[in-house]
Amino acid sequence: MAAANLANPSRFLKIASPAIPWLGGLTVIAFAVGITEAVLSPDDYQQGATVKIMFLHVPGAWLGMLGWGVMTVAALGTLVWRHPLADVTAKAAAPIGAAFTFMCLVTGSLWGRPMWGTYWVWDARLTSVLVLFLLYLGVIALWRTVDDPSRAARAAAIVTLVGAVDLPIIKFSVEWWNTLHQSASVFRMDGPTIDPSILVPLLVMTGAFTLLFITLLLAAMRNELLRRRVRTLRLMQASVVG
Amino acid sequence: MRLAGHDLTCRRGGRDIFAGLNFSVAGGEALMVSGRNGAGKSSLLRMLAGLVRIAHGDLELEGGDPNLTIGEQAHYLGHLDALKPSLSVAENLEFWAGFLGPPTSSRSGPLAAVGLDAIADLPAGYLSAGQRRRLSLARLLAVKRPIWLLDEPASTLDASGQRRLRDFMRAHLAAGGLIVAATHAALGIDGAHELRLDQLSPAFAHATAALAESEAVKVGEP
Amino acid sequence: MSALAAIFIRDMRNTVRVGGGALMGVLFFLVVVTMVPFALGPDLALLNRIGPAILWLAALLASLLALDRLFATDHEDGSLDLILTGRPPLELVVLVKGFAHWVTTAVPIIVAAPFVGIFLNLGGRAGTATVMTLLVGTPALTFIGIIGAAIAVTLRRGGLLLAVLVLPLTVPVLIFGVAAANAAVSGPIPFGTPFMALCGLSLASLVVGPFAAAAALRLEME
Repeated sequence: MAAANLANPSRFLKIASPAIPWLGGLTVIAFAVGITEAVLSPDDYQQGATVKIMFLHVPGAWLGMLGWGVMTVAALGTLVWRHPLADVTAKAAAPIGAAFTFMCLVTGSLWGRPMWGTYWVWDARLTSVLVLFLLYLGVIALWRTVDDPSRAARAAAIVTLVGAVDLPIIKFSVEWWNTLHQSASVFRMDGPTIDPSILVPLLVMTGAFTLLFITLLLAAMRNELLRRRVRTLRLMQASVVG
Repeated sequence: MRLAGHDLTCRRGGRDIFAGLNFSVAGGEALMVSGRNGAGKSSLLRMLAGLVRIAHGDLELEGGDPNLTIGEQAHYLGHLDALKPSLSVAENLEFWAGFLGPPTSSRSGPLAAVGLDAIADLPAGYLSAGQRRRLSLARLLAVKRPIWLLDEPASTLDASGQRRLRDFMRAHLAAGGLIVAATHAALGIDGAHELRLDQLSPAFAHATAALAESEAVKVGEP
Repeated sequence: MSALAAIFIRDMRNTVRVGGGALMGVLFFLVVVTMVPFALGPDLALLNRIGPAILWLAALLASLLALDRLFATDHEDGSLDLILTGRPPLELVVLVKGFAHWVTTAVPIIVAAPFVGIFLNLGGRAGTATVMTLLVGTPALTFIGIIGAAIAVTLRRGGLLLAVLVLPLTVPVLIFGVAAANAAVSGPIPFGTPFMALCGLSLASLVVGPFAAAAALRLEME
C-alpha cells in the first residue's frame, strides 16, 4: 500500500520533502562518526597513511555501481510497468551516479600514483569503471538532447539496460583478468580479509556515503518533479495567452 | 520615398517565373501582390530584399539612404519566423532588435503590441504557429525601417491577430512607410494598389494559349 | 548592443541550451581518446609516444562535430535570410559565429585535454605542450571547417560531406600541431619552429575562412 501511494508523484513529494532534511541530518552524523573513525584507524604497514584514500575510493565505486543499478531497475519500471516515478528516478540518479564514479576514478588515480608509479593504467578494473563513467555521461547527454521527457525516458531506459552489462564486468574483472588492482576483500564467500580496525571505519564511511546518495537522489527527484510541473504550467500559460 | 521596378525578370532554375514586370509604390502606399501559387509572389519579395538575383530590368529607390541597399532599409517577413525555440520570447526579439538595430526606445512595447508580453520569459519553442508569427511581427515594430516586405503575413494568424496586423500596417503607412505584401486574402488596407502576377508569367501565357487552342479544336469538332 | 554582439550572445545561448551543449564535444573527445588504447593495447610507453597525435586527432574530429549545423539551423528557420540581407558585413557575422562555435566546442576540449592526457600517460611537459598547441591550433580547425559548413548549408546530410571536404584541408594544422607537441618532448627541432607555423595557420584561416564561407553562403542562397 505504501509503495503504491509513493508511486503517485504528489504523494511522493508529500512524503519525500519533509524526509530530505532528516536524511541530511543523519548523513552528517554518519560522516562525523565515519571520518573520526577513519582518522583514528591505524596506517597500513606497507602503504602508510595512503591507505586512507580507500575510505573515499571504495564508497565511490560502490555507489557508482549502485547508481547504475537504480537506473536499471527504473529502466524496467519505465519500459515494463510504465511507472510514473520510474523515469524521474532514472533521470535523477544519472548525475549522482556519475559523480560517485568520478570520485572513484580520481581517488583511484591519486592512490595509484604512489602505489603503482602512474596515475593511470589500462587494466580491466580501471577500464571497466571508466566505461561506466562514459556510459553515465552518454545517458546524461541523451536526457539533455531529447526535449520531451517521456521520449527521453524510453531511449535512456534502453541504453541503461544495455549498459548494465558493464556492472558484472566491473565486479568480476579482478578475477577474470590479471590486473594490478587488488581483488575483492570485503564481500567474499569466506568473509572479509581486512583487519577490523580498518573494516569498521570503511563500513561506516560506506554507510555515510550511501545515506548521502539517498538524500541527493530524493532531492534530485523532487527537483525533477517540480521542474516538470513548471514545464507543464508554462505550456498551459502559452496556450492561455492565445 | 518611392520604390519602382522596371521590366523586371525573375529566373529560377533556368525558367522565367515572371518577365516584364513594372510597378511603382510610394511612401504611404501599399502594394498587394497577388497571383496563383508559383506565380512568383515570394520571388518578387525576395528580389526586393536582395535575396534573389535580378535576371533583367532594374529596381530603384528614390528618397532612401543611398549608402544602404533596399534590403538593408527593409523588413523582410518570410514564410519562416526566424526564431530559435531554445531562446525565450524576449530573447528572440532582443536578438533581432540588436541585429537589425538600432532598436526603438521602448523594450517591452513591441511585445505588448503583439500581445505576447505576458509570456515574454517562455521559450519560443512553446509557442503556437500564430504566436510565433506574432513574435516575428514584433521585430517590425522593434526596429524602425521605411520599407516592409511581407510574404503572406496573415497566414496562421487568427482574427484578433489579423486585426493587429492591419493596425500595424495602417500605422506604418500613416507614418510615411511603404509596404509590399504578397497575399491571397485582402488585408483590409484601403486604397492599396494591386499587382497581379498571373498575366506576367510566360508559362501562364503559354498554358492559356494552349488551352484556348484545344478548346477551339473541341468546338471545331461537331 | 551591437549587431555582432547580438549574434555572439544568441549563438552562445542557443548552443548551451540545446542538446547537451558544450558537454557533447568534450564527451566525444573523451570517448575517441579512450577508444585508442582498446585498439592498440595498454602499452603505456607506446601511448605516451603517440599521445599528442591521438589528442590532436580526437580534437580535430570533435571540433567538426555540430559544425555542419552552424548555418544549417539558421537556414532552416529563416534566420539566414535576414542575416544575409542585414547591414553587418557577412564576413564579420561568419567570424563571430565561428568564434562562438570555438568558445563552446574547442575551449572545453582544451580545458579537458590535460586530464584526458592522463589516460595516455601524458604528463608534465608533453601534456602542457599539447595543450598549448591545441590552444593556438584549434581556431584553424574551426575556421577551415566553417567553409565546409557554409557549403553544406542547404544539404540535408551535410555532416559527412563536411568531414570529407574539410579533413584534407586540415592536414597542415595536424602536421604542425603534432610536430610542435612532439618537439617539446623529444626534439630534435625546437618547439618554437612548428609552433610558430601553427600560429600562422590559425591567423591565416581566421582571414581566409570567413571570406570563403561568406562567398559560399551568398552563392548557395541565391
